[in-house]
Amino acid sequence: MSAERFNPRLVARRRNGTIFKWACFAATIFGIVMLAILLVDVTSDGLRWLSIDFLTRYPSRIPARAGIKSAILGTLWMMGLTAAISFPLGVGAAIYLEEYAPGNWFTRLLQTNIANLAGVPSIVYGILGLAVFVRFFGFQRSVLAGAATLSLLVLPVVIIASQEAIRAVPRSLREGAYGLGATRWQMIRHQVLPVAMPGILTGTILSLSRAIGETAPLIMIGALTFIAFAPTSPMSPFTVLPIQIFNWASRPQADFHGLAAAAIVVLLVILLAMNATAILLRNKLRKQL
Amino acid sequence: MKFTEAPVESAVSNRVAKSRDQPDLTPQRNRRLVEGSINGVLFLCGLISVLTTVGIVVVLVTESAGFFREVPIVEFLTGTRWSPMYSDQHFGILPLLNGTLMIAFGSSLIALPIGLGSAIYLSEYASENVRKRVKPALEVLAGIPTVVYGYFALTFITPIIRTVFPGTGIFNAASGAIVVGIMIIPMVSSLSEDALSAVPRSLRAAAYGIGATKFEVVTRVVVPASLSGVAASFILAISRAIGETMAVTLAAGATPRMTLSFLESIQTMTAYIVQVSLGETPHGTLEYRTIFAVGLVLFVITLLMNLLSQQITRRFREQYE
Amino acid sequence: MSDHALETRGLSVFYGDTEAVRSITLTIPSRQVVAFIGPSGCGKSTFLRAFNRMNDLIPSARVTGEVLFRGLNLYDPAIDPVEVRRRIGMVFQKPNPFPKSIFDNVAFGLRINGFQGKLADKVEESLQQAALWDEVKDRLNDNALGLSGGQQQRLCIARALAVEPEIILMDEPASALDPIATGRIEDLIRELREKYTIVIVTHNMQQAARVSDLTAFLYVGELIEYGETEQLFTNPRQERTEQYITGRFG
Repeated sequence: MSAERFNPRLVARRRNGTIFKWACFAATIFGIVMLAILLVDVTSDGLRWLSIDFLTRYPSRIPARAGIKSAILGTLWMMGLTAAISFPLGVGAAIYLEEYAPGNWFTRLLQTNIANLAGVPSIVYGILGLAVFVRFFGFQRSVLAGAATLSLLVLPVVIIASQEAIRAVPRSLREGAYGLGATRWQMIRHQVLPVAMPGILTGTILSLSRAIGETAPLIMIGALTFIAFAPTSPMSPFTVLPIQIFNWASRPQADFHGLAAAAIVVLLVILLAMNATAILLRNKLRKQL
Repeated sequence: MKFTEAPVESAVSNRVAKSRDQPDLTPQRNRRLVEGSINGVLFLCGLISVLTTVGIVVVLVTESAGFFREVPIVEFLTGTRWSPMYSDQHFGILPLLNGTLMIAFGSSLIALPIGLGSAIYLSEYASENVRKRVKPALEVLAGIPTVVYGYFALTFITPIIRTVFPGTGIFNAASGAIVVGIMIIPMVSSLSEDALSAVPRSLRAAAYGIGATKFEVVTRVVVPASLSGVAASFILAISRAIGETMAVTLAAGATPRMTLSFLESIQTMTAYIVQVSLGETPHGTLEYRTIFAVGLVLFVITLLMNLLSQQITRRFREQYE
Repeated sequence: MSDHALETRGLSVFYGDTEAVRSITLTIPSRQVVAFIGPSGCGKSTFLRAFNRMNDLIPSARVTGEVLFRGLNLYDPAIDPVEVRRRIGMVFQKPNPFPKSIFDNVAFGLRINGFQGKLADKVEESLQQAALWDEVKDRLNDNALGLSGGQQQRLCIARALAVEPEIILMDEPASALDPIATGRIEDLIRELREKYTIVIVTHNMQQAARVSDLTAFLYVGELIEYGETEQLFTNPRQERTEQYITGRFG
């Protein structure tokens, strides 16, 4: 045969293949290794500074006496308000898009718009919040302004996640409800939403966990970096964990870096708890179905 | 899944009332009102997203208009000095743009090859078990708040860079770029993997059938066939890097300058905006308005990139059949 | 020895615990067309794919027995399946050209196997052999996906021919095509027989009768009957064979 006309170089090709495979494997591991390094670094820096006192004291100019009480409370207030605003709006928009909206150009525009909003840098939302909530509506540098801004930020994600959850509800369920004479809203409220709720909740919790770590928009609307009191109302000034971290990390002294690291550990623990809750919730409610 | 207008209300309640007459199958007024108002409320929810976009555009454009009344656009877009806060004021945005692009470029150098390599490994080589464990782990990278990355850059990465390259400043572009690169790896990896997995098995079989090794099947058939999806993921990741704020604010510096050296301190557009907000610049002044002018440039750049990414996905979607 | 292209001895293929091909022994002579027929699920495709070790790509597949090619057992651990597949080519049921240009499709195998001659000449020669050259010679740089189904399949055949295999395996090559395209493929098979050994799996008995010299009838993984096509179709020796070709099942 004319095998002489080919030079298959199998050994070289095989060797290249092996090198390539290991390069791709290394790439995969790189990310995980960096993650591990980051977590170890932060924990080792911050562990020293973690204590009950740390969690219950207000910030101070003296590192040994500083704590994150105001930051934690501010974060909780912020999360609660953001959830209260973004959840109904986001789910409402999702229901509208999936169940009510006609399939015309305007609906498609809405959909594209939401997808685009998800990609806008968070600091632009901060600029928007500054102009609209702080100044135009006059909320000043309050928890409310911050929550409204963050709500706009996470709204696209909540909407998209909720849409997916609603879309996953089988058609047979809806047809069954209609067949018994239900109105559209009755069908949605009693059939679709209960089934879609695990997915909706999971998506919401995940969006909120993203919002918890946001710093730039809150800096824009003026969340102050030295707050030594807890918020007392939605109109109170406030600070949040990420801003406190940013404040301490920006200082040159090593002690403040340690404080920042400790605050990071607290923040990561909160995030871990939120994500774990979201996953557990999804699994549990799925089983119930 | 939408149905057209909901079927008529239940006739059950009506049947009881009118025993001998014709059953009343007309829609009941109460129900109609409720349905209509619910529809309205939900529509308003949907409208919020439109209002958000309109709000962003209006705010950025009107405030920038005020800015451009005093600073000529040409000077803004082509000037190479940015010093609004100094007495010798200059409003050329190029240094900030330079800083942003350096971060985008540096982070791409890390994230694009590593992200694609991960995607290839997970899609083509890894077993199901490995994939199930590794994918969520990579997603964790994406969930870490950016301020944490800033801390990591400042306290861990920068000292290492300064050991290897003595003379590097405490604030330097490299540190920010590295950390942003790590941050966007999951984005590239996840989206590229979707694109790779979508390549039909029949194409791989065809390549094997001619005597191609796995390496050749992957690099000469699968990856080229999924190029549009991979490209879209690259663009989205770069857009994300451009919009990144806290990591670069903490680690890359606050000195706008035209340089190509990653070992120097720079300032990105996003870091500048933060800097002004933290300061005491009074509202309504020209200096204050720089926030909006720079914000507008940032918004336009990321918007164009996101649109480009969507276009690429849409246009090259059916390229296998 | 030189008039046997391929010989199987006790070849069995398992998917997990299921025995899809049960210990088949047969010989494929050189430069002839052999057809495998049988009802769907009888293992004929699996059997075919064992010849060029394509079953290796399925994780749960396991092969016992031997496939002898030029005196070598293809399943010997020392044999590289990549090299096997260059010498034993394959055409698939649904045309699967690469999303590249027509030229690059044919040149693909040449490039990776380190072809020593002029690429353009070899591409033209392969397309001529596949009776496609006249239709595409002016648009070699066009995307292959723009061709019709029948053209795409002939392109896949050209692609396989380019690497100069000795044997060409065809897994229901015309079942996805319209009757006219099918006819052209069948004409092509008859022409190719002069230089290549062809093994074709088909569910279409008339096609097997038209195109092949020898026919093997498989049923539930077993070889029921194997002989000259004309004889098998007019005077089958096995009752099961007769039942199948007269349409009583399958």
